[in-house]
Amino acid sequence: MTNANFIKKLISEEKRIDGRALDKFRDVSVEKGIIKTAEGSARVKIGDTEVIAGVKLKVMAPYPDSPNEGSLMVDLELIPLANPEFESGPPREAAVEMSRVIDRGIRESKTIDTEKLCIEEGEAVWCVNIDIHTVNDAGNLLDAGALAALAALEDAKLLKYDLEGKKIIRESAGPLPVIHKPIAITIVKIGNQLILDPTLEEWKALDSRITITTMENGDICALQKGGDGFFTKEEVEKAADMALESGKALRERL
Amino acid sequence: MSKAGAPEKLIIDGKRLDGRKLDEFRKIEADVGMLKSSQGSGSFAFGDTKAVAGAFGPRTMHPRRLQNPKKTVVRCKYFMAPYSTEDRIRPGHSRRGTEISKVITEAFTNVIFVEDFPKSVVDVFIEIVQASASTRCAGINAAAIALADAGVPMRNLVSSVAVGKVDDTIVLDVGKAEDNYGQVDFAVSTVGGSDNFVHMQMDGAVTREEFSEMLTLAVKGCKEVYDKQLEALRKKYTKEGN
Repeated sequence: MTNANFIKKLISEEKRIDGRALDKFRDVSVEKGIIKTAEGSARVKIGDTEVIAGVKLKVMAPYPDSPNEGSLMVDLELIPLANPEFESGPPREAAVEMSRVIDRGIRESKTIDTEKLCIEEGEAVWCVNIDIHTVNDAGNLLDAGALAALAALEDAKLLKYDLEGKKIIRESAGPLPVIHKPIAITIVKIGNQLILDPTLEEWKALDSRITITTMENGDICALQKGGDGFFTKEEVEKAADMALESGKALRERL
Repeated sequence: MSKAGAPEKLIIDGKRLDGRKLDEFRKIEADVGMLKSSQGSGSFAFGDTKAVAGAFGPRTMHPRRLQNPKKTVVRCKYFMAPYSTEDRIRPGHSRRGTEISKVITEAFTNVIFVEDFPKSVVDVFIEIVQASASTRCAGINAAAIALADAGVPMRNLVSSVAVGKVDDTIVLDVGKAEDNYGQVDFAVSTVGGSDNFVHMQMDGAVTREEFSEMLTLAVKGCKEVYDKQLEALRKKYTKEGN
């Protein structure tokens, strides 16, 4: 029997290797303001999974179709120290997908009031870079990464800018305009069961997964299915309810 | 929506800007086997969105280190032609293309009999020739036809459609203005007209109720696409009069 088959057998009996209920998260902790050099930062731990997110600001010319709005960039790196299977070098598809799923959760929920990032219309706006680095992969990096990104945004401050001299002045100009709290929850399907917060062994044994980002008002703002398996419509409906419910619990940890 | 150039309304008197009803497709065109150098090929269009796809395999995977001793490796590559949009797209790989290729690969891995052909590879190349929203969906539909035309053993076709929310209303087959200025784009793919989803990507906020409504519309839309794909394949592979 392989490890993956053992996990599948356990899950089919509604059991998990660490004894949790199928819909239970491990302990979650959020620490903000852990990096002095970043405009905002946070460390998130879910069980033994650990990620650090940092926010850096830069000034850029706005996009032509939105001359009075700042922009957002999310990048998640699967750092080799987090998991022996991660390799150094340019980001591979797994990291690209995770970055983009987290990016869309923040972007589509309009979590950052991008008009407040305008310095001079048509000339200069703030670009918010969120970099998420995995420190230890014990499963569920996506949920941990999304939570860390949001926590780092909530911790972040705006900086002052000298428009004449085109220079960033490294002094706080108040908090970053963060107006929503989107939470990404990944529901993993193994056999016919839906589980939350997979360990690394469970992640490797998954048939399919769906990451659903929900907002504080109960809306769903982003969704992505992954893995070689499928979800029935009924399973997607159930997953949406699970994401809303555990999203609410996770939001309280911020 | 604060985007420059946005029309005031996207739905007027229950009709969309291009005159369509809320649950109406643009003109669907599907063709089979028009590329002679591909083992199998297909094309699929939703109105002005046109995709072509070529499929090869199962064939031996080279280099060998990429072989899976137990399964066929499926590789789908999604590309947009540089001239397919108003602003030229830089040729080559993009993060968007990487992500879309990954989720499309996963969708087709679900239907191909991968365990029957170890150490081999099935390649699918999708090219968006002209883009007017829902490009990944058109690409998936073309790819499914190409795989069938190539004779790749699989349990069924994959069919795809984008449903959307514009002016707080749920619509089928998201068009260009709706993609640019609408609220939500939700691309989904199902297997053989069933309600089994093998691909789902949604951007934009919906209520829980709207979400259910969109799922129902998506299943119905994919079923219609599936019928069009079958019709195109039957046209090529059954003798006239049969």
